Amino acid sequence: MRIVCPFCGERELGEFTYLGDAKPVRPAADAGEDAVYDYVYLRDNIAGMMSENWYHGGGCRAWLKVTRNTLTHEISAVEPAAGAGAAKVGA
Amino acid sequence: MKYSIFSLARAALSGHKNWQRTWRDATPKDRYDVVIIGGGGHGLATAWFLASEYGIRNVAVLEKGWIGSGNAGRNTTIIRSNYGLPGNTGFYELSMKLWERMEQDLNYNAMVSQRGVINLYHSDAQRDAYARRGNTMRINGIDAELLDLAAVKKMMPFLNFDNPRFPVQGGLLQRRGGTARHDAVVWGYAHAASGLGVDIIQNCEVTGFVTDTNGKVTGVETSRGRIGAGKVGMAVAGSSSRVADMAGLRLPIESHVLQAFVSEAIKPLIPGVMTFGAGHFYVSQSDKGGLVFGGDIDGYNSYAQRGNMPVMEDVCEGGMALMPMIGRVRLLRQWGGIMDMSMDGSPIIDKTPVDGLYLNAGWCYGGFKATPGSGFVFAHLLARDTPHEEAARFRLDRFRTGAMIDEKGQGAQPNLH
Repeated sequence: MRIVCPFCGERELGEFTYLGDAKPVRPAADAGEDAVYDYVYLRDNIAGMMSENWYHGGGCRAWLKVTRNTLTHEISAVEPAAGAGAAKVGA
Repeated sequence: MKYSIFSLARAALSGHKNWQRTWRDATPKDRYDVVIIGGGGHGLATAWFLASEYGIRNVAVLEKGWIGSGNAGRNTTIIRSNYGLPGNTGFYELSMKLWERMEQDLNYNAMVSQRGVINLYHSDAQRDAYARRGNTMRINGIDAELLDLAAVKKMMPFLNFDNPRFPVQGGLLQRRGGTARHDAVVWGYAHAASGLGVDIIQNCEVTGFVTDTNGKVTGVETSRGRIGAGKVGMAVAGSSSRVADMAGLRLPIESHVLQAFVSEAIKPLIPGVMTFGAGHFYVSQSDKGGLVFGGDIDGYNSYAQRGNMPVMEDVCEGGMALMPMIGRVRLLRQWGGIMDMSMDGSPIIDKTPVDGLYLNAGWCYGGFKATPGSGFVFAHLLARDTPHEEAARFRLDRFRTGAMIDEKGQGAQPNLH
């Protein structure tokens, strides 16, 4: 697997760190126990296309949103995560 | 077919041409008392214990591919019971005791070899942690010995004791740990379970659950037709989320890939199983002479059964730090398997919120050693509807209640367990 970082270009996997599924959103402070339990512990664990958070620690140190197929490891899109200098690459 | 020295002699005299198949490749019946999804070690062990311990013999094991085609044949064959937390300690020792009598119980040679498992330590803090774990084991009646540097040097003189950054200081040894031939474990349970009437059905993929009007599971839809069931047990680690999804369940599990490696065969070198405490590297030597080793999971969600280069490099670096001479040995094979990484690094053996559906999942990358214990306690749960006392903490709701069993102390980050 190689990831094409929008800031640095194509780089080998060892430069990146994985956080996981980009879909879960931290619930509001008053959302209640069920919502927090769901956010922290439950996963869709998708077999197929998944949107994920990766960190380019060995390069630009930006957070990236990567669309990847968990069945094949094929990467179809890499975008800067929200707030990670997205404006600089026009995303 | 009962195996003995006499059956071996008879077969030898007839040129080994008259061996019978060791288990029946069954076709599905309309209904079973218990249907187990997953023909790996855990599923087959569950069927065997249901039939032998709990008297439930109208049992089917459904396997999507061929038995043992998943993680049962992809692991590094290590057996041990050196766990430190309540919930794990007793369970893995139950499993170890079942390993010790498995071959007699099954009438099958699984090449269980108690050649010892040693975890090396490289700092004072790590020594103290290992001493504590060893004491926990001994308090619970499990063998453990804390070795100093001289004892490790005597046992494994080939290690790099001059590594200035991670000096070997000693190790925690469990002599009863060791290895077993993983394929033979699958075949042995299939042999014994089939002999008691269990139907082992291959090339039979579960495609959905059948429920009655109350939502109780009463069977499964499969690629070989509908099969009715009194109870359904899932033992499909790696694919647990996908199968549970068919029943409308979301699990506290992520699927990750773990790689393993075998070198070319060399003369006997490594006395038992050895782990490097300053990185993540574990190694043993197979009876054929190959070094069997592995390390961390790759760290990203995957169902692909293959990994990538950074972890290969990391594993080989760990090996080189510990015994630099393996740099002269060529890597023969490398492969990957899909792990159920749970949110605390411990398994789940419990009823599900769906009536009639039982879950055996979340083995992370430690499922092989648990094979007999897992089968035993899952059979207990299926037969009695109450958890076995040694598995009572492996609850599905522990993530909600906070009663986690986090052996590594990493929190809810599955790729770090």
